[in-house]
Amino acid sequence: MTSAPVKNRSGSAVSPASAGVPAGVGEPVALTLRGHDLLFPALPYRMRERVEAATRDAQLQQFVNHATYVKDELRKEVFGRTFGDRYESLRQLAGRIKQHTLDHLDYYLERFIDNAQAAGAIVHFAVDSREANDICLSIAKRINARLCVKSKSMVTEETHLVPELEAIGCETVETDLGEFIIQLDHDAPSHIVTPMIHKDRTAVGRAFTRELGAPYTEDAETLTQIARVHLRNRYRRADLGISGANFLVADSGSLVICTNEGNGRLCTSVPRVHVAFVGIEKVVPDFRSLAVMLKLLARSSTGQPITVYNHIMTGPRRSNEPDGPQEMHIVLIDNGRSAVLDARTREMLRCIRCGACLNACPVYRKVGGHSYGAVYSGPIGAILTPMLKGLANYADLPNASSLCGACYAACPVKIDIPKYLVQHRATMVQQGIMPWQEWLMYRLWALSLRHPASYRLGGWMQKTMFRMRARTAGTLSRGDAYTARGWLSSGVGGWTQERDMPTPPARSFRQWWRERGKTADEH
Amino acid sequence: MKVALFVTCLTDTFYPRTGIAVVRVLEHLGCEVDFPEAQTCCGQPMYNNGLHDEARQLARRMVDVFEPYDYIVTPSGSCAAMVRDYYAQLLADDHAYEAGAHALANRMYEFVEFLVKVLKVDLAKLGVSWSGKATYHYSCHLRGIGMTDEAVQLMRQVKGLDYVPLVKMDQCCGFGGTFAMKHSTISGEMVRDKVACIAATGAKTVISNDAGCTMNISGACRRQNVDVTFKSLAEVIAEGLGLLDKEM
Repeated sequence: MTSAPVKNRSGSAVSPASAGVPAGVGEPVALTLRGHDLLFPALPYRMRERVEAATRDAQLQQFVNHATYVKDELRKEVFGRTFGDRYESLRQLAGRIKQHTLDHLDYYLERFIDNAQAAGAIVHFAVDSREANDICLSIAKRINARLCVKSKSMVTEETHLVPELEAIGCETVETDLGEFIIQLDHDAPSHIVTPMIHKDRTAVGRAFTRELGAPYTEDAETLTQIARVHLRNRYRRADLGISGANFLVADSGSLVICTNEGNGRLCTSVPRVHVAFVGIEKVVPDFRSLAVMLKLLARSSTGQPITVYNHIMTGPRRSNEPDGPQEMHIVLIDNGRSAVLDARTREMLRCIRCGACLNACPVYRKVGGHSYGAVYSGPIGAILTPMLKGLANYADLPNASSLCGACYAACPVKIDIPKYLVQHRATMVQQGIMPWQEWLMYRLWALSLRHPASYRLGGWMQKTMFRMRARTAGTLSRGDAYTARGWLSSGVGGWTQERDMPTPPARSFRQWWRERGKTADEH
Repeated sequence: MKVALFVTCLTDTFYPRTGIAVVRVLEHLGCEVDFPEAQTCCGQPMYNNGLHDEARQLARRMVDVFEPYDYIVTPSGSCAAMVRDYYAQLLADDHAYEAGAHALANRMYEFVEFLVKVLKVDLAKLGVSWSGKATYHYSCHLRGIGMTDEAVQLMRQVKGLDYVPLVKMDQCCGFGGTFAMKHSTISGEMVRDKVACIAATGAKTVISNDAGCTMNISGACRRQNVDVTFKSLAEVIAEGLGLLDKEM
């Protein structure tokens, strides 16, 4: 566990004791887990403990469950209003563009690299987190960077870049408002797009009071102003700017970032050196493809017709340009992705990180992002994390789904997430990761279903047993259709923890049909 | 029109009244209904849990058992989705069954879907009358077979049925087969959400057309003392046509 002290980022004394400040303001938040451990837990990871905690967390239940529902409804409404029936063909097209690019990733990556270099960017390739961070650290050391401003990037969460920069004495400030607050709280993002979906503005007010010495307020506009003033000063002084990328355009060698706060633009144009961390799957062939993606990304993420700032950067500042970085580095990061490029799983890499599957997922809505124990949460995380970090390490994730398909319906690039959840389960059976008792149960169950006689016997036994228990419990004589709680044990115990069990009627459908055949059904 | 009923394991044991209603409504509409007794299960529990060899064996059985029929109708979107979305993929390398899997998928219909898309019924013209305030839960696997608001369309044609839309109508109830047992905490939270939405409608009847969802939501309603009755749309129509006694 990281044990860095919670420090005040403004460097000024913390003075929270003004009137109206809720209890606890000004004191470090007592977090049982720090950001790093939330996303990089001990392996193999089992989700039960965090799921239990999340379901007991009334605040999380309220914020996450509500915010995701609202976003998902907005997404549906906006797509319906804008594209109507054509939405399906649009996302089909987007899926095919991404699939085509992945099918020929070597070609498009080379093309991107050639064009980016021709535009003056320096392109690096990193096999894993270590290599990626080392590239960035060596750049930071060479330019003697003391202060770095950073826009939102999930890949840098993967490589855990920020603490490493800070360890070499380069203070690194997250400038996306959500990530900024997460950083102040030593927390970790719990959503791909909305990193602080598990917090509300009182948490922001407390963090600002504690870390920045600002007077406590819950007013969103005042809070934004505080952040703005604090961050502006950092942009001005920063030596290094770090960003991710939403897309890479192969045809032109351009890097595209989409932000709503304009922070990405400042991070990539004010400091003299810009380093972009990008997963290799982010390439699209050309600007026509990009146009399709941009139509889908913002609407899927936030329901906006388009993201407020769409920043397309092709190389560093040219001699005739007034601003932009002197050096632009693009670090193309594999970090396990080439293993996912296998034909059976390649489709997963279509993901454009819009977060729509998280918002649509009834499981995510209840357990929140940290329950997934990895950088990528929700349905996409449940299929991607086991690929990147090992199926045995994350065996719970593919199983913690009702396979309802809401994610597939929401995905703008048509990743058949339920199919891959099931594929992971099948691989777990093949690799013996499924507990043998469970495996045996399914085998026996399947065996009984192969013959009508054993199927009927099984059905009859189930019915008789359930009715016997209902009789013992006294519900049957009362004409009650349910058995009292808590009597089922072991394997199906989970069922009666949450629900009563219906009692099967005395006559099954099959019996009715047979009797009817004998007597000729009278209505 | 020769129609086979695929009743599904849960409906067979827990909700036979739905099966009876399906038979009577289809016969009322002029179908010749048969119930091939060799049928067992579509194999979805095995498929979903990753035991694909076992699921494949059951898929082959299904192809054989339902081979003689023009249409196969089932009161479960979930089991219909299993057959329609996954059999072709499961039996893709099985030359003896590949074509059969496709053919079965093309003839398999969920009951409400069959009424709307094949029989093209108008319940108002049929004179279906059923009085009461009812809401409706959209089962997830209807997505898999491309169904949207067919059940709602039919409900609106029933004279006397006061339909109240359910908030989060299409959010999963948390059943998911063995998921409800293996991840009971998550499943429990999901169904709690569903029960709260149902309670908020003030409806006394919940129309739910998948036995799995019905078992889950009704059991949770009862645990939380939300007093509602669950029926399938087949039962409502059968009652509305006088083919089933309301209290049966």
